Amino acid sequence: MPFMPVKFNLQRRVKLAQGLWMLYWFSVIAGILIFSLGIFFKIELRKRSEMMDNNESHLVPNLLILVGLLACGLNAFGGKVCHDSLDPIKFSKWKPMLKTYLLLCCGFNVLLVLVSLLCFLMQFSVYLTLAEGLSYAIRFYKDTDTPGRCFMKRTLDMTQIEFHCCGNNNFRDWFEVQWISNRYLDMSNDVVKDRVLSNVEGKYLMDSVPFSCCNPGSPRPCIQHHLTNNSAHYDYDHRTEELNIWTRGCLEALFSYYSSLMSSIGVFVLFAIILESVDMAGLKYLSTALETMAEPENPECESEGWLLEKGVKETFSDLLTKLKTLGRTNQVEGGDAPEANT
Amino acid sequence: MAVGKVTFSKVEREKLAEVLWLLNWISVVTGTILFGLGLFLRVEIHKWQEVMSEQGILYVPHMLITTGLAACCINFFGGKICLDCADTNKFLRWKLVMMPYIICTFFFTSCVLAGALMCYGIRSQMEESLFMGLRNAMRYYKDTDTPGRCNLKRTVDLLQIQFQCCGNTGYRDWFQIQWISSRYLDMSSSAVVDRMRSNVEGKYLMDGVPFSCCSTFSPWPCIQHHLSTSSTQDEQSQQLNLWRRGCRQALLDHYTGIMQSIGLTVLLIWLFELLVLTGVRYLQTAMENVLRLGDPESESDGWILENSLAETARSNFNIIKNLGKCYQVDDDPNINVPTAAAEEELPS
Repeated sequence: MPFMPVKFNLQRRVKLAQGLWMLYWFSVIAGILIFSLGIFFKIELRKRSEMMDNNESHLVPNLLILVGLLACGLNAFGGKVCHDSLDPIKFSKWKPMLKTYLLLCCGFNVLLVLVSLLCFLMQFSVYLTLAEGLSYAIRFYKDTDTPGRCFMKRTLDMTQIEFHCCGNNNFRDWFEVQWISNRYLDMSNDVVKDRVLSNVEGKYLMDSVPFSCCNPGSPRPCIQHHLTNNSAHYDYDHRTEELNIWTRGCLEALFSYYSSLMSSIGVFVLFAIILESVDMAGLKYLSTALETMAEPENPECESEGWLLEKGVKETFSDLLTKLKTLGRTNQVEGGDAPEANT
Repeated sequence: MAVGKVTFSKVEREKLAEVLWLLNWISVVTGTILFGLGLFLRVEIHKWQEVMSEQGILYVPHMLITTGLAACCINFFGGKICLDCADTNKFLRWKLVMMPYIICTFFFTSCVLAGALMCYGIRSQMEESLFMGLRNAMRYYKDTDTPGRCNLKRTVDLLQIQFQCCGNTGYRDWFQIQWISSRYLDMSSSAVVDRMRSNVEGKYLMDGVPFSCCSTFSPWPCIQHHLSTSSTQDEQSQQLNLWRRGCRQALLDHYTGIMQSIGLTVLLIWLFELLVLTGVRYLQTAMENVLRLGDPESESDGWILENSLAETARSNFNIIKNLGKCYQVDDDPNINVPTAAAEEELPS
């Protein structure tokens, strides 16, 4: 008893072949889109790899690129098969390959499910990498003369300006690091000397933030220095002042950007999985419909198409027995040898 | 003596009609490109409209938008006509419309050329507008509580950050205006009051610049205040700390670049339109001559102008003169009565 059988006449077969051909080309476009999304994601990670201490994992974009290319190839082949399916001579070329092709598509679908899962789960890894990377970035902000870190200041300034954020979790992270290099501190000044000496590690700490934390939307000119000292500025209360500098932390800002990117890619991959499954079902129907034609010479005859030749349970038990026998053929069948002798 | 005379056989006429149909459809696409370019320019100007003093510059994108739409319509119509022109019977339908259509297209093509030239010629007007606009924007930078100007501070800050520029011509422009609102100045402080009193107009001027002038390329933390008395660095290295370029120059370069590329594209579109117009003119004259000869299968001549340029100009001028004359009365039966004929009749 076939699983989900459908009767086909010539018209329906032709319609199925044409519709399936269109659908395969949509799937090729979806494959191209996945490929470009993978490249875009890779570029975005590279752009800000300094914020992640060059430690970020490129697994997801690399997988997306691979999957995109595979999707293009598989779906283009499927489209070609559909295009040739109504011509019996051309189709007989492809018939023997169809079983392997459908198995490959199955495997590819499983890979897509895996990629989609990774898109959602790897966000945790991105969060942790960002947290670590940003704390290093803030610490090395002043090292514009150290090779390998001379652009950290510029990258962090531009990130803070672009993402409207300040510091790792908030602007107070800047109070805990010395972000002005010793080269630019006037060591002969008493105030400077006092401050450096009063700190255990000899760091010049102050309650100020870099200019890139300033919010252009603030009605008053930016207050960067002596942020927690209300009396240092006229009509200023640091507890109620919200517009002066960006209050969001760069960790939150960058993570929300990357997580929304990864989530949308994950959703798109899910959509691609559905598309692939529909393609596979359609191709199975088409191939079975063409195989079960009562008179192969007469294209007008009726035929039946199905998804599985037997019911779902029977197919599974068949598959299990096949796997078991595959295992057994590898053992030496010693029981047969004595029988053969007698 | 016709200008640009070419003889067409029947097959050539049909081929010309087909080619022109295709070219007209390509022109519809270029018309949409023109429309898109006009829209793009409009959006770009709108982005920084607050720092431009006059809105007269908007006539360039508006011109491009209308010309683009007109191109789509005219070329769509032209494609339809050219398709019908392959057959002499169908041409009869369009015979009377062809000449006005060609004149219309000629004027429209000159509009496209005008649009392209405007893109190149607008630089000086834009510079003037930017100079005045930026000066006003900087003057009203501090007025974040005045309705209508509350966003100017944000616009100027974002402009300086995005275009990596400071002030109108340079960072010293900020020294000449009060960019800190009096609301945030402690009037009880003697230093503040002294400074304001020492200025003729009572403005609080200082040698500092807003934070948006800070350069991200600078290796050391930004120094925005006490720029004239900075002792830790010398004048030369100080230049690295702030953006060196003036915003007027930055915006002018940005818009000139956009307009030059748009102008070049529009010029190419104009050349293409001219080509299509010439083709349509040849087709029109060839088909009219076929009808005049009476034999649809015969060869016919096509030209751009029937007579030489001077003669055509003269005849057109006469037509315009006579247009005026037709309103005068000159067939009055009571004047110019031949008296000699009347005298002859009487004796006999």
